[in-house]
Amino acid sequence: MITLNDIYKIYVNGDTTTYASNGINLHIDKGEFVAIVGQSGCGKSTLMNIIGCLDVPTEGTYLLNGIDVSTMEDDELAEIRNKMLGFIFQQYNLIPKLTVIENVELPLLYAGVDSDERHEIAKKALERVGLTGKEKNYPSQLSGGQQQRVSIARALAGNPSVILADEPTGALDSRTGREVLEFLQQLNAEGNTIVLITHDNTIAKAAKRIVRLHDGSVVYDGPSDKDGAVVQAHVSFDDDPLLKNKKGGKEK
Amino acid sequence: MSIFQCFIMAFKSLSTSKIRSFLTMLGIIIGVAAVIIIMALGNGMTVFMNDSFASMGTTNISVNISGRGSSRTVTVDDMYELYDENKDYFTHMTPTVTTMAQVRGQDGEYYVPSITGANEDYLAIKDYDLESGSNICYIDILHNKKVCVVGAFYNHTVYSGNAVGQYLKINGDRYLIIGAVEEQDDKTDETGQDNFIIVPYSTASRNLSRSSNINTYTFVAKSEDMIDRCIDIIDNRLYETFRSDDYYSVSSLTIIVDTMNEMMDTLTLVLAAIAGISLVVGGIGIMNIMLVSVTERTREIGVRKALGAKGRHIRMQFVIEAATTSAVGGILGIGLGIGVSTLISKTLLATLDMVAIPTTASILVSFGISVAIGIFFGYLPANKAAKLNPIEALRHD
Repeated sequence: MITLNDIYKIYVNGDTTTYASNGINLHIDKGEFVAIVGQSGCGKSTLMNIIGCLDVPTEGTYLLNGIDVSTMEDDELAEIRNKMLGFIFQQYNLIPKLTVIENVELPLLYAGVDSDERHEIAKKALERVGLTGKEKNYPSQLSGGQQQRVSIARALAGNPSVILADEPTGALDSRTGREVLEFLQQLNAEGNTIVLITHDNTIAKAAKRIVRLHDGSVVYDGPSDKDGAVVQAHVSFDDDPLLKNKKGGKEK
Repeated sequence: MSIFQCFIMAFKSLSTSKIRSFLTMLGIIIGVAAVIIIMALGNGMTVFMNDSFASMGTTNISVNISGRGSSRTVTVDDMYELYDENKDYFTHMTPTVTTMAQVRGQDGEYYVPSITGANEDYLAIKDYDLESGSNICYIDILHNKKVCVVGAFYNHTVYSGNAVGQYLKINGDRYLIIGAVEEQDDKTDETGQDNFIIVPYSTASRNLSRSSNINTYTFVAKSEDMIDRCIDIIDNRLYETFRSDDYYSVSSLTIIVDTMNEMMDTLTLVLAAIAGISLVVGGIGIMNIMLVSVTERTREIGVRKALGAKGRHIRMQFVIEAATTSAVGGILGIGLGIGVSTLISKTLLATLDMVAIPTTASILVSFGISVAIGIFFGYLPANKAAKLNPIEALRHD
């Protein structure tokens, strides 16, 4: 489903060259629940942007459902995002002047689904997240947890291959956060592929598999219940020719 | 995503910030209203002028001969001949001799009327009806008789209603009053339109005019449509004699009216174009607000892009939003323009018997221009929005 081959994302800013992704190889199968963890600055946002087709890698290939998306133009990427990906953001990112159901309908609108069908699908998606009856409300009239559920419904509406959740609990209190995570687990149990991006180990444990990043590289990839998943890995910079010359790579 | 959907979104977005939308539209509203009012006034003025000219006889053709020595000249008989040959085109014709002279009435007072020497057609041409007495006739003209038809001023004021049969003195000569024309206006003194005297043209040219030649004629065409043909007929005949058009002129009110209409149209257009400048200013206002809106809604644009909106979707959304703003402004402007035009007609112009009529063309054109301006000035901000990077847009606060 998701295959990342030797992905590099390199930013050049004047004299400094930053390797935000440093040769990442990753394979995610259908039905998996993967958490990508790491401290801030480790490159998880970059990786999420690449997996989410919001950005393309500087080098390497990314196959999504067998399609090479790593060299696509903006509008082609938009179509891939629309058809294959569902986003859940930390700040929910609902459009305040659209009603709940209109927000959920948005991806379908851009997919060109006609009005009646759109309404039907959006209604079902809201039913799945338990927000029936709130269709005509505006996001500002809902609690944080409810808003996040609207954004989950929006992610589900397009029936995507992968759901990308970027710090989905970051703006919620711990109880609602847990509810959202449980809901993601339930969605995964129903067969959805979920990629969760977080800096928080305890949240990452909700996933079945953890991919830990450090300085743009994968330092752990395995089941979430293994000890190594939550332990900060040691990285030997000397072994890596690319990391050798890089500034700021601190050893733990 | 359909255009209809875009319109719904645009309306939603406009209605969430009503005051801002209204202020943005104001430039367009005023611009469109100004264009419509100016065009309406211009149109009303043209109609008013045409009506006034029509009452003065738009079928009249005046011929003026300045002459070329004594060898080549056109006589009254020649003109009669021309008239008789073309009865299909003309209804009336008269030689005219206009002159000023001192007139002394029965009461011993002196008056200065406009004196016209003409034939029996003159009353019909001027649309005068006789109140009493009779018209000038052929015999009067043939014998240079000193007879006259007087205006109501003489009949009513000077001769107290029984002028016919009495005499008045023009330049010392006694003229018999044979007819009196009905009143033309309410004025009873010398300044009105009733202070005139008509005498046979032959008498006028012999006794009252400095030159014995008759140089002016008035022809009346059967209809306004025939004016051009009629002018050609006269022109050709006169050219035959003079071999140059420097020695005579043939003109009609229609030509003058046409020229004036053309001038009015140009003037109206120029004024409307000046008013149209405010449309451009309004357009810049829209562009300004759209740029602010794009910045404010950067995050929304990011979300839309993340959910699969392509560049063109975003561009269309903002262009349509700008176009909707200007279109709604245009519609309000049309309403305002029609309202103010009506108000002006009912107040300022009521006494003039003139109405400001908003033209369909001005309404359609100004509306079209306002929408076009919205699209034009909306494109830049829309394009800016369409080109936003989704990652940066999502990170925007």
